[in-house]
Amino acid sequence: MIDRDQVLHVARLARLELTEDELERMAGELSGILEHVERMNELDLDGVEPTSHVVALENVLRPDNPRPSWRREQVLEPAPDPEEGAFRVPSPQA
Amino acid sequence: MSDILELTAGQALERIASGELSSAEYFDAYAEAAAGDELGAYLWRADAGSANGTADGPLRGAPIAVKDIFCTEGIATTAGSRILEGYRPPYTATAVRRLTEAGGRVLGKTNMDEFAMGSSNENSGYGPVRNPWDPERVPGGSSGGSAAAVAGRLAPWAIGTDTGGSIRQPASLCGVVGFKPTYGAISRYGMIAFASSLDQCGPLTRDVTDAAILLRAMEGRDPCDSTSVGIDGGVELPSRTDLKGLRVGVPRELSADAEGLEKGVTEVFERTLGLIADLGAEVDDCELPHSAHGLSAYYVLAPAEASANLARYDGVRYGLRAGSEDGTGETALVSMYERTRAAGFGAEVKRRIMLGTYALSSGYYEAYYGRAQRVRTKIAEDFAAAFESFDYLVTPTSPTVAFKLGARAENPLAMYMSDYCTVPMPLAGLPAISIPAGLAEPDGGGPELPVGLQITSPAFTESGLLDAAHAIEGAIGFGARPGGSS
Repeated sequence: MIDRDQVLHVARLARLELTEDELERMAGELSGILEHVERMNELDLDGVEPTSHVVALENVLRPDNPRPSWRREQVLEPAPDPEEGAFRVPSPQA
Repeated sequence: MSDILELTAGQALERIASGELSSAEYFDAYAEAAAGDELGAYLWRADAGSANGTADGPLRGAPIAVKDIFCTEGIATTAGSRILEGYRPPYTATAVRRLTEAGGRVLGKTNMDEFAMGSSNENSGYGPVRNPWDPERVPGGSSGGSAAAVAGRLAPWAIGTDTGGSIRQPASLCGVVGFKPTYGAISRYGMIAFASSLDQCGPLTRDVTDAAILLRAMEGRDPCDSTSVGIDGGVELPSRTDLKGLRVGVPRELSADAEGLEKGVTEVFERTLGLIADLGAEVDDCELPHSAHGLSAYYVLAPAEASANLARYDGVRYGLRAGSEDGTGETALVSMYERTRAAGFGAEVKRRIMLGTYALSSGYYEAYYGRAQRVRTKIAEDFAAAFESFDYLVTPTSPTVAFKLGARAENPLAMYMSDYCTVPMPLAGLPAISIPAGLAEPDGGGPELPVGLQITSPAFTESGLLDAAHAIEGAIGFGARPGGSS
């Protein structure tokens, strides 16, 4: 139902490197799960509104008052590669 | 000492109040018990003698085990994932902060399925948790460490999180009380996100009163979580001992017709229905016609939300970073993302990210995600209709008693079936509690193991739900404990 190429495509979208073994296994497992999920197709859902959230809340507002945020060092402390007060990353071009 | 470990937290708080027990003595008894953890329940433990801060407030310095999904400032927080190994959050989750402000103290961080994805605790990046009733069996999941710690007398009580059953199912498998409040009752701030429209914090305790005490301390609106609203009128401690004048519905789809229901579970459930009737309730069959599709909707919606929430683990701001690789056709940055996530996430998390990404991808969105959201509406409507005729709905919590380690690990769908009876409630945002109802052998024979009863009520009726659970708990009189009955 979902083949190796589709798995590879989805893995790229998800930014997930998969080994050859994982690709094969994932194709089988995802197909099995989707087959179960597709039992939903038995239902007539025409005209049914989708639910994204169960609490009937809209536009929760607060006063727009400035307040101190965390210190820069505090935020950078758990970073794998902090540099000059910023997060350093490998090249986005090379 | 062992005497202290047998008290419910509520009883211990009374002894501390009357001066019979000191809060330091109470904390240390559990710190020492936790130090001897042979179940793999803890990922981090406080030392005996380390109880600090004030013992003021209603929780009087009591130790509390906290699922490792809650951020705790300065204390390693991993959510059971290798991708967060060694991460020390710069802040504390609101639920935990409220507990410490009420006088509670963090006893330890409990093991869990990675990012709360699992029903057996075998998906932890730090090893499985064993069920104190039988160490060859799973404690359930994803709050398996919290449930095992409470059942195994390694914690007086604990908090966990529930997305599709992650508090109630392990509570059922370990013979303790597990309560998932209404969505919005407790702030999710600092609770590492899995599926944001479903995730909710709640207590795992020895009895219903203890669950009420913890819920009361944690609930409330929090400016840091705009979906938190708190419980109007707060939480009353339960006192009810009968169910006179109340109507209890038994949804066929989640009981007699539930997939994979074990014989022993059915027997305990039916016996409990008799007790509920004896308490004066009117017990009748009811229908939740769409709840059989709950798992299908859940396994689209939860992975879809997870795939977005877990995008943040990219090796940039915290956690693991793997080196990039040349020649992949991707930039060095993208290669770093892909390799970091490949190295840091376990098999189930990868599976869910893939499933969710697929369900949200172009061309499939409406067929999966859109459809699942509509099923969610139907499930919520079913509950609303049932609550026109009934005050409470009862079902078994888990179709089976605790299964053996490894029994479902190779079959994701079999594992997902563990949540068959617990998934519809969070889809509808409803509160639900699991209480120990008795012991039963697994199908095919084996040791007698705990069976849970799940009770559900309308949104934000926590006090009434706790009251009913309290009355039923009294009628059941569950006195068994791991390693022999009392």
